[in-house]
Amino acid sequence: MIDWLPAIIVMAVCIIIAVARILIGPGAPTRLVAFDTINTLVVASMVIVAMMFDQVIFVDVAIVYALLSFAMTLYVAKYIQGDKF
Amino acid sequence: MDALNIVSYVFIGIGLFFNLIGVFGLHRFPDMYTRLHAATKCTTFGSIFLIMAVIVQSAGIWAMEGTHSPQSVMCIHAVLALVALLVTNATGAHAIARAAHRSGEKPTRAVVDDLEGKEND
Repeated sequence: MIDWLPAIIVMAVCIIIAVARILIGPGAPTRLVAFDTINTLVVASMVIVAMMFDQVIFVDVAIVYALLSFAMTLYVAKYIQGDKF
Repeated sequence: MDALNIVSYVFIGIGLFFNLIGVFGLHRFPDMYTRLHAATKCTTFGSIFLIMAVIVQSAGIWAMEGTHSPQSVMCIHAVLALVALLVTNATGAHAIARAAHRSGEKPTRAVVDDLEGKEND
């Protein structure tokens, strides 16, 4: 078995740096880019957490999170574009 | 098992390196399009390698324990998560760039916009 904890810590640091871009970033499109980055990082982190704790349910959560965050990205992009729903 | 551990460590190293590069690119680049370029490509590549490390580990345990190992579910579901990530990430990035261009966001220091005034971009 290998040690997954340092990988999780580095991923958490990555997520915190991206959150800083959400807080300071000018305009909605930049914030959406940072948000999409955070979604990708969270999916990868959840798969690692599943292997670390040996719980398969986290991988299922990661799959559903990836698909739902994709739908949310599309809707926010449509909102930025100025379309009617 | 030792060779698989080494392969997993190499994959984790590559994945964390590219994730860090992509997240720093969010802060180093001047406008939204270059930030999208840095963040999407680097984090997709890094996350592929991180999930590949999990797949290699669980496949190794699966091969050691035999057919009915609980790790088989982990391996197959990790492959599904990887496919979902690959499909949704690229599509979402294209949607963000298209929406930002239609909302009037200009690249920094851009001189010519070839898509100006076109309906079908």
